[in-house]
Amino acid sequence: MAERCAVVGVGMTKMSKCRDDVSMAGLVREAARRALDDAEMTWADVEAVVIGTAPDIFEGVMMPELYLADALGAAGKPIMRVHTAGSVGGSTAVVATHLIESQVHTRVLTVAFEKQSEGDTNFAFSSGRSGGVGAGGYFAPHIRAYIERSGAPAYVGPMVAVKDRKNAMKNPYAHLQIPDISIEMVMESPFVWDPIHRLESCPTSDGACAMVLTNEAGGKRAGKAPAWVHGTAVRTELGWFPGRDPVNPRGGQDCAADVYRQAGITDPRQDFDVVECYVPFSWYEPMWMENLGFAEVGSGWKLTESGATSMEGDIPVNCSGGVLSSNPIGASGMLRFAEAAQQVRGLAGEHQIDGARRALGHAYGGAAQYFSMWVVGAEAP
Amino acid sequence: MRDVAIVSFAQAPLEQPEGQTETLMLLPTITEALAAVGMTRRDVEFTCSGSADYLTGGTFTFVQMLEAAGAWPPISESHVEMDGAWALYEAWVRLQHGDVDVALVFASGRASLGASLRETLTFQLDPYYLAPIGADYVSLAALQAQAVLEHTGKTEEDLARIVVERRRDADGSPNSAVPGDATADELLKSDYVVAPLREHDIGPPVDGAAAIVLVAGDRAREVCAQPAWIAGIDHRADPHYPGVRDLTVSRSARQAGENAGVGRGGVEVAELSAVCTPEELVLADALGLGDDVAINPSGGALVANPVMVTGLARIGEAAEHVFGGGSRALGHASSGPCLQQNLVCVLEGRS
Repeated sequence: MAERCAVVGVGMTKMSKCRDDVSMAGLVREAARRALDDAEMTWADVEAVVIGTAPDIFEGVMMPELYLADALGAAGKPIMRVHTAGSVGGSTAVVATHLIESQVHTRVLTVAFEKQSEGDTNFAFSSGRSGGVGAGGYFAPHIRAYIERSGAPAYVGPMVAVKDRKNAMKNPYAHLQIPDISIEMVMESPFVWDPIHRLESCPTSDGACAMVLTNEAGGKRAGKAPAWVHGTAVRTELGWFPGRDPVNPRGGQDCAADVYRQAGITDPRQDFDVVECYVPFSWYEPMWMENLGFAEVGSGWKLTESGATSMEGDIPVNCSGGVLSSNPIGASGMLRFAEAAQQVRGLAGEHQIDGARRALGHAYGGAAQYFSMWVVGAEAP
Repeated sequence: MRDVAIVSFAQAPLEQPEGQTETLMLLPTITEALAAVGMTRRDVEFTCSGSADYLTGGTFTFVQMLEAAGAWPPISESHVEMDGAWALYEAWVRLQHGDVDVALVFASGRASLGASLRETLTFQLDPYYLAPIGADYVSLAALQAQAVLEHTGKTEEDLARIVVERRRDADGSPNSAVPGDATADELLKSDYVVAPLREHDIGPPVDGAAAIVLVAGDRAREVCAQPAWIAGIDHRADPHYPGVRDLTVSRSARQAGENAGVGRGGVEVAELSAVCTPEELVLADALGLGDDVAINPSGGALVANPVMVTGLARIGEAAEHVFGGGSRALGHASSGPCLQQNLVCVLEGRS
C-alpha cells in the first residue's frame, strides 16, 4: 500500500519579463527557500531534490540541474531532472510524490523554473535549427476547430483573458498586471496567431516554484495546514496521426479518469471547489473544461460565459491568474499544482476561495499530448 | 521495498545506416527487449526514458521517441533529461507503488550530430563562471587524471594498460568502436589530447540506444529464467564546481554505493560509466572494488560512449551477467563534470 503524501511547504518567486536581479541559481533558490520557510524546515531536512524545466535551450544550459545542484543544497543527496514538455512542472511534482508514496524518501524538495529572458523561446519552440511556427501557431488551428465545432461566440476567449488577468491582480507573484483590461481591449489587440489575440496569449516569464512534500507523519506534524495528495496521474499520446483529436485529446480524458478514480471524484463540477488548469491561450479554458469532464463536449464555453469559472462562480478556474498571467514555462505546471495546494491549505491569500476543500491541478504539454494532474484535499485521503 | 527485477536488456549495435534517427534506433531495440520476455508494447504499464536535446541541437527531441515507445492508446509515461539509468530509477520507484508490475525503460543519444561532444558538454557547466572559459569535459578529466596520478603513484602507462584490457575484452563486440588488439606501447606513442590524457583515455562518443524491461514480484520469474533482481539502487550528487572537490575521490559514488549495498560483498562484475581512464580508478576506489571484481568485462565506456545511454547500458550489461548465471553484479551511471553525479544499481540472481 502506498504511503500518503502531503504538501507542507510552497514557495514561488515574483514572476516577470526579466528577473535580471537574480541568476538562474538565485531564482530557484528564492522559490526553494520560501518553500522551506513555509514548511518550517531547513536545507538539512531535505532528503532528495526533483527539479523540472522545459527545453534546456530556453536558457542555453544543458542539464542545468548539474549547475543548480549547489544552489539547491543537493550535494550529498539525490537530484533528478524531469522533462516532459509543457507538462513538466506537473510531472516533476508527480515524480516527487512517487518518492514519498514509495517510501524511498520522507521529505522531498521539488522545484521547477524557467528563465525565459536568458534565451529566445519562440526560436526554441520552433525546434531551434529546424524552423517552425511557434507554440501559438501550432495551437491556433485547434482553437479555430473548437470554435467552429462548438459554435462558441467570439467573445468567450476574450472573457477568459479578462477574468484571468483580473484574478492576477490579486496575486502578488503574477507577472502581468493589467488593471484596466476589458473584452474590448483584448479584441482590439492584434492577432498573434488568428484567432488568438495578443491579450489572449500567455506572456514569456521568468519564475520558479517549489514545494516540500512529506509522508503522512510529516503532514500530521506540519506547523501549517498541509495539502493531502489524493491522486496523481500522467498520460502521454502520439502527437500526430490520422484519427487523433487534438482538440479533445484522449490522453487528457484518460489522465483525468485515472486521477478521479484515485481521489473518488465522480462529478468533477460538484466535487471540486477550485481548479488550476493549464490555459496558455484563452480558449483552452473551455476546451479543457470539456476534456476534464466539467462540461459536456461542445458546451465548455457556456461554463465560461455563465461566469461559473470566475472567482464568484461555482467552479472557479485559475484564481491565481493562471498561465495567461505568468508563464515561466517549466514552472507553469508546478504553479498550477502548487496553487491548487495553497487553496486547500487556505493559504492562497487574496485569491483564496473560501472553504476550498478539494482542488485539481492540471498541466499539459507538447502537441497537447502530455498530461499531468493531481487532486489535493484539506483532509487526508 | 517491493522486489523488482531486470528481465531483459537490448542495445542497438553501433553500426547503423547513415543518418539513422534515435527513433529508428530505438524501434527495433525496444521490440527486441520486450520480445525476449514474450511481451509487446501493450504489456507495458509504465514507460520512462532518458535523452538530451543538446545532442541534436533541437528542442523536445524526446517527443519523437514516443513513436518507438508506441504511445497510443495514451500511456503512463515520463522522461528525464538525464542518462537512461535515472529513467530506470524513476521506473523502479514507480513500481514500488504496487499497482503496476511492468515498466519499459529506454535511452537514446546521438553524439555524432552537430558539434563535438567536448563543445556540447561544455554547455553543462555553470554558465557564468565555467562555460565561458571553455572548460570542456576532456580538459576537466585531464585535471582529474593529473590529480589521480599524483595521488596514487600510477602512471600514464597504467592508464594505457586499462584501455588495452577493456579493448581486448570488447573485441568483436557490436558495441565497441575501437580495435581490440592495441598494445600499451602503441597507445602511448600517440600525442596528448589534453595532458596527461591521450585519445585512448577518452571513450569514443557514439550514437546509441538501449532498452530494459523491469518486472515486479513473481511475474519476473514467470517471464525470465534468471531475473536480475535489484538488490539496491541509489544516486547522489557532488557539488558542481570541480574546484571545491577533491578530484581523487568520489564522495557521491561512495555514498550511492553504500546505500545500494555494494559493501555487502560478493560483487563479481562491476560495469562502470568511466568515460575517461582516471574515472575508472576513482570509481573502483569509491565503490571499494577489490581485485576479485571483474571491471567492465563488456569493455565499458572506454570502448564506446553512447552518451545518455552509457549508464543504462552498464546496468544492462550487469544484468546480462546475472542472466548468464552470475550471482551479483553492479551497474553504474554518471553525469556531469568529473563524475559529479553517480548512480549505483546492485543486481543479484536468486535461486
